[in-house]
Amino acid sequence: MSDTPRKRSLETGRRYPGSTLFGLLCGTATVLCVTALVGLLATVVAEGAPWLSTTLLTSFSSRKPELAGILGSLMGSLWLISITTLICVPIGVGAAIYLEEYAANSWWKRLVQLNIANLAGVPSIVYGILGLGLFVRTLGLGRSVLAGALTLALVVLPIVILAAQEALRAVPPSIRQASYALGATRWQTVWRQVLPAALPGVMTGVILAIARALGEAAPLVAVGAATYVAFVPYSVHDEFSALPLQIFDWASRPQEEFHGLASAAILVLLVVLVMLNAGAVYVRLKYGRRIKW
Amino acid sequence: MSVLPTTGVPTTGPQRSITTPHSAGNRLGERIIRRLLRTCAIVSVLTTIGIVAVLLSESLKFFGEVSVFEFLTGAQWTPLFSPPHFGVLPLVCGTMLVTGGAILIAGPIGLGTAIYLSEYAPPVVREIIKPVLEVLAGIPSVVYGVVAVTTVSPIVQRLFGSESIFNALSASIVVGFMILPMIVSLSEDVLRSVPRDLRSAAYALGATKLDVTTRVVVPAALSGIVAAVLLAISRAIGETMAVTLAAGATPNLTLNPLESVQTMTAYIVQVSKGDTPTGSIEYRTIFAVGLTLFCITMSLNIIAQWVLKRMREQYE
Repeated sequence: MSDTPRKRSLETGRRYPGSTLFGLLCGTATVLCVTALVGLLATVVAEGAPWLSTTLLTSFSSRKPELAGILGSLMGSLWLISITTLICVPIGVGAAIYLEEYAANSWWKRLVQLNIANLAGVPSIVYGILGLGLFVRTLGLGRSVLAGALTLALVVLPIVILAAQEALRAVPPSIRQASYALGATRWQTVWRQVLPAALPGVMTGVILAIARALGEAAPLVAVGAATYVAFVPYSVHDEFSALPLQIFDWASRPQEEFHGLASAAILVLLVVLVMLNAGAVYVRLKYGRRIKW
Repeated sequence: MSVLPTTGVPTTGPQRSITTPHSAGNRLGERIIRRLLRTCAIVSVLTTIGIVAVLLSESLKFFGEVSVFEFLTGAQWTPLFSPPHFGVLPLVCGTMLVTGGAILIAGPIGLGTAIYLSEYAPPVVREIIKPVLEVLAGIPSVVYGVVAVTTVSPIVQRLFGSESIFNALSASIVVGFMILPMIVSLSEDVLRSVPRDLRSAAYALGATKLDVTTRVVVPAALSGIVAAVLLAISRAIGETMAVTLAAGATPNLTLNPLESVQTMTAYIVQVSKGDTPTGSIEYRTIFAVGLTLFCITMSLNIIAQWVLKRMREQYE
């Protein structure tokens, strides 16, 4: 019972039952919180593990659970996140550089900043509606990989911008001043000094944004992505499905077998997400340490 | 132009024009790059304008056929039946039921966890739990939906004897767990930002840890905690895949958590999955519902940011 730490508190030696009880209560909440979330993952593993097989990875979706696989949707997801990354990284990092290194502290900068903070809180399905109205219908891209990727890029753009801004802000001003003192222009300073120094932080943000894009299903549903495809997309104009959509489709079917398949597909999704997160940690450890002020 | 800032204090804005006006600063290349970067920032503004424009333009056409009054006060949502009824209240009610339940679950547990982590836990425990929660916060919402279908709903059905496998309670439970990491992380940050002096002063007056926590630290951090909860509510309202899988697709004006309900987001998914022709009234309903959703979450976010800003000013 004495595992709640009280030693470092400034309380006097006496024990107050109320204090101890409250500490225990809060400790219990923590245990509940962690076990619930970990337990949740455990149920997915338990449900999905029996359905993991090579068929799952190498075949397309099917009406028969034992023949169904995620090949089409996994490839669709890889297409999506590749194009999303290509779109959102230059724009996101560019916007961050503009806000941190170029824009004066004016009403315009504050407006853009406020706007980005608000965009980060807009539900992803609303981006889906934007994608449907703008990319699919108005621009006539149809239900293509490109329309999906553009929509996802808008969803994760605020994440990239905010992370990149934080990384740029962490670069000490003395670096910039030294560069200017040597006669460098603003862009030379940004490109050769500030950006390389901020790169680990920027990369971490980008990887987290990709992870988010990989797990998003709601905007893709609104854009009208297919839940059943029997092909791998060949170009950005092809129709597509995505892994979270495939999971959604299987989970919404009544048959138990498909729920197992959905859990197994989640395991594949989680493996990719864990690899991305591990990549983020690696980047932070490896490149973060090299730079010392 | 202005002089160089001489202190080493990090400035939030860039230092204005360290390069002199007549040299490199005005080079063509530099100007083009500046324009390009500015365009990148403008994309974010255009996104907001795009969202508002798309939602408004289709919604206005919708409100040309259905009166705003009927939309906001009607108690029946049956756009696919004939005669159709377009009262958004059942959808809003479904969303509120799920969100309310989620907050009732995540609020106390999340706040307790945050207090434990910031006031009681040894640093080692905090260093382990915080990153774990951050990783858990990154789990896609469709995963929570599958857990609802495979595990939570059957349990709820057995325990409470709800008729349908789809019920608002299962949705509340999974959404509650989904927003839990967010509440913990945000409120732990604000609790920790309460100055140490306040705690020390209370202890010096002979307060117990319970007094210090509940009467000094939590009240001091209250506005931040409120902001955290508001952001979590906003997130729960916008949550889509988990509630679609767990709560079902029955627009239902009820407060009974064991019944199947449809949230605003779930309705948008339902219509999007079907092949609705552009220009039909069903197609436009998703924009009207989307606009409602956008307005609700946007106002919550703005209030939360305002509260947070006020709190920051208090302590800086």
